[in-house]
Amino acid sequence: MRYLFRPPGTEGASLLGLPWHQPLEEWDPELLITVPQRGISRHVVRFVASQGRVFALKEISEHLARHEYALLGAFEEEGLPSVSVLGICVDRPQGQDAILVTRYLEYSMSYRYLFSRPSARQSVDQLMDTLAVLLVRLHLAGVFWGDCSLSNTLFRLDAGALAAYLVDAETVERHPSLSRGQRHYDLDLARERVGAELLDLQFGELLPHGVDPIEVADSLPPRYASLWDEVTHEEVFQADEQRYRVAERLQRLNDLGFDVGEVELVTSDEGARLRVQTRVSSPGQHRRELFRLTGLEVQENQARRLLNDLRAYRAYLEQKAGAPVSEAAAGASWLTEVYQPVIDTIPPDLVGRLEPAEVFHEVLEHRWFLSEQAGRDVGTTAAARSYVRNVLPSTPAELTTPSVIVNRS
Amino acid sequence: MASIEMKNIVKQYGDGYPAVNDVSLDIADGEFMILVGPSGCGKSTLLRMIVGLEDITSGDMIIGGKRVNDLAPRDRNLSMVFQNYALYPHMTVYENIAFPLRLSKTPDDEVRRRVTEASDVLELKEHLERKPANLSGGQRQRVAMGRAIVRQAEAFLFDEPLSNLDAKLRGQMRTEISRLQRRLGITTVYVTHDQTEAMTLGDRVCVLRKGKIQQVASPRELYEQPVNLFVAGFIGSPPMNFLPATLEGDSLSTPFGPIRLDERRVAAVRGRDLLMVGIRPEYFEDASLVDEAKMPLGSTFRARVDVTEWLGDSQYAYIPYEAPEAITAQLRDLSRELDAEEIRTQAIVSIDATSRIREGREAEFWLDSRKVHVFDPQTGDNLTRDAEAGARLTQMAEEDRVEQVEHAQNSGQTVSGQGTGGGGGGAHGAHRAGAA
Repeated sequence: MRYLFRPPGTEGASLLGLPWHQPLEEWDPELLITVPQRGISRHVVRFVASQGRVFALKEISEHLARHEYALLGAFEEEGLPSVSVLGICVDRPQGQDAILVTRYLEYSMSYRYLFSRPSARQSVDQLMDTLAVLLVRLHLAGVFWGDCSLSNTLFRLDAGALAAYLVDAETVERHPSLSRGQRHYDLDLARERVGAELLDLQFGELLPHGVDPIEVADSLPPRYASLWDEVTHEEVFQADEQRYRVAERLQRLNDLGFDVGEVELVTSDEGARLRVQTRVSSPGQHRRELFRLTGLEVQENQARRLLNDLRAYRAYLEQKAGAPVSEAAAGASWLTEVYQPVIDTIPPDLVGRLEPAEVFHEVLEHRWFLSEQAGRDVGTTAAARSYVRNVLPSTPAELTTPSVIVNRS
Repeated sequence: MASIEMKNIVKQYGDGYPAVNDVSLDIADGEFMILVGPSGCGKSTLLRMIVGLEDITSGDMIIGGKRVNDLAPRDRNLSMVFQNYALYPHMTVYENIAFPLRLSKTPDDEVRRRVTEASDVLELKEHLERKPANLSGGQRQRVAMGRAIVRQAEAFLFDEPLSNLDAKLRGQMRTEISRLQRRLGITTVYVTHDQTEAMTLGDRVCVLRKGKIQQVASPRELYEQPVNLFVAGFIGSPPMNFLPATLEGDSLSTPFGPIRLDERRVAAVRGRDLLMVGIRPEYFEDASLVDEAKMPLGSTFRARVDVTEWLGDSQYAYIPYEAPEAITAQLRDLSRELDAEEIRTQAIVSIDATSRIREGREAEFWLDSRKVHVFDPQTGDNLTRDAEAGARLTQMAEEDRVEQVEHAQNSGQTVSGQGTGGGGGGAHGAHRAGAA
């Protein structure tokens, strides 16, 4: 047998002891962990834990495994939202298929869960918008998915919004850029698959009343089209409008979840022509900033939220001290005095239901809500206590991320 | 259903490389056309241009008499069949086939009619009310085909559909696809790199090399009357043997002794210093096992056998030979292009399974000189190709096809909506049948 894995190699090495020579279906259940709320898969997929981390193992032909391994590796380097690949095992005995190993996307949810929640109706819109963002981002990067579906996408909460990740790259083709035909075809496939998946939920009585599978599926192409247009269209305007029009456009793209790589402005007597080149990677400005100040690794919207709280805290420190406080000092202090105490209020049995940064975001929301009711600021500590007592317990237990369950036992 | 005509199709990428170079090809209504060739030959690019995934640099793509160069994939009403597919666990087999129609809001009775007809053709009728969980591998693939059928597309397109299946399912699916195509009589374009798949499935096979068509013909014509060295070497397994030869009188002088040519072939090859003679493995035999009556139709020679390979029903002997550099260089290029292992200068000859010829010994062989072809080693052209004989073979294949389609239709095995060319088809578009 042959193993190929990407650094850090310690994770790969820790998995070497598993019975790779056996078909996945025959692995001892003791070695596996159960992950609830999965989508539909054509292949045998199993989950294992090692050193507190969870990995997904998928049995597929060697050719596909190598293809997917290379693609997912490239996606990660480019910052495209996809699951992270660890490695592959090939040349297994008796001509068995290869196994592709990916890192489990912690705190992720499948569409099956999202649609079976009580608040599903509100999230349908959000979900389709998120899927459109993912597809536009991939298409900008020259990625023809060939199998865009809800089953092949995972969702994570990001400060109340959803972020979508590509999970399955078996059918992906990489091109320098996509033709219009390729984009439309990919979108047609996505529309059809989303429709079929929702119809399936409806047949299984898992779709809330009032959600029409066909209507939802049909809403994907227009969402995609308007987003694609927003992101790629060329604008022409009068020279005197230049300054605010450029700023407006960049702001609009940021709001849609895209970073701008390069702006090209060509002026002539008729006016100015603006072309923006959108970065394909997920935006990361706030994420990097927060990481620099606190060492916390969170998603972009969460980072924006946390940074706002950190800045407010710094202003408070400065006011109290009557002197400037450095960013670094404020960051360190905020982490130990504000952030960590909130996370520490989560009782052990509720840990893992939401990502810690998402809990912090929800506590801030909850604080706003309580403060409005009380007519005064109730403070973060009181809000956190109330939140873990009254709100967090209603999050379903099956949402608990597998690595937390693993580390518990 | 529709014919597909390609007129001087060119696909040039940004770097100027022509992936498809001036391809003209007519695919008849109801025909099963295979596009085959080694990787990089342009077969997939051509298929993508039919579907609408690749822009066409120049030339005309005409489907059902209509130029579609500028149409979006879904407006071409073609069906890419099961490159990957998903079965939805809560839906019955019926709904798993019907959902593309549900999504296009087709009325219930029309859905019922089409699904029933498709399930008859696919022999899935017994399973319609079941959940898909317990279907066999082959039945699952048929559900995916059912989705393609109910759309009533103008044509079915397959892009290496079997490359990820295991050998057993691959064989099974090859049969299914071929049977289904006959029953439906639907125009089908099928891309593969596997010459065995090409030979067993197609009415006609289009062999491509570096973006250019080499030959379009029935499998038998390709096999018996190849147009050049490339086609001759690509089609057939084990491959055709190529030996160096020079013309002396009315015979070719070869490492396996003189091979007599008839007048037509002598005239065709005269005037060249060095030639290459192509002999298929089965044109050889252990001389001791050849009928008296057959003997004079060929020549005999003695050679030392390097290796024999006994397969129960057949046997192969490997005979090394000497060749000048001009020939070995040409053969090296050919094998590189065909992604084959380095061709050693040895012939693979088929001998009867009962033959006692053994490795390391010298033995007498017979070769059927009637069927050898002679190639120009410089250009690769087949100098002795009999175009008329080839055309007759392809004509025969066409007659067989018409007869088979008629038979399938008379025995009531077809789907009625398919025959009328877009009637009620609507804008179902070019979809792959299924999801993952």
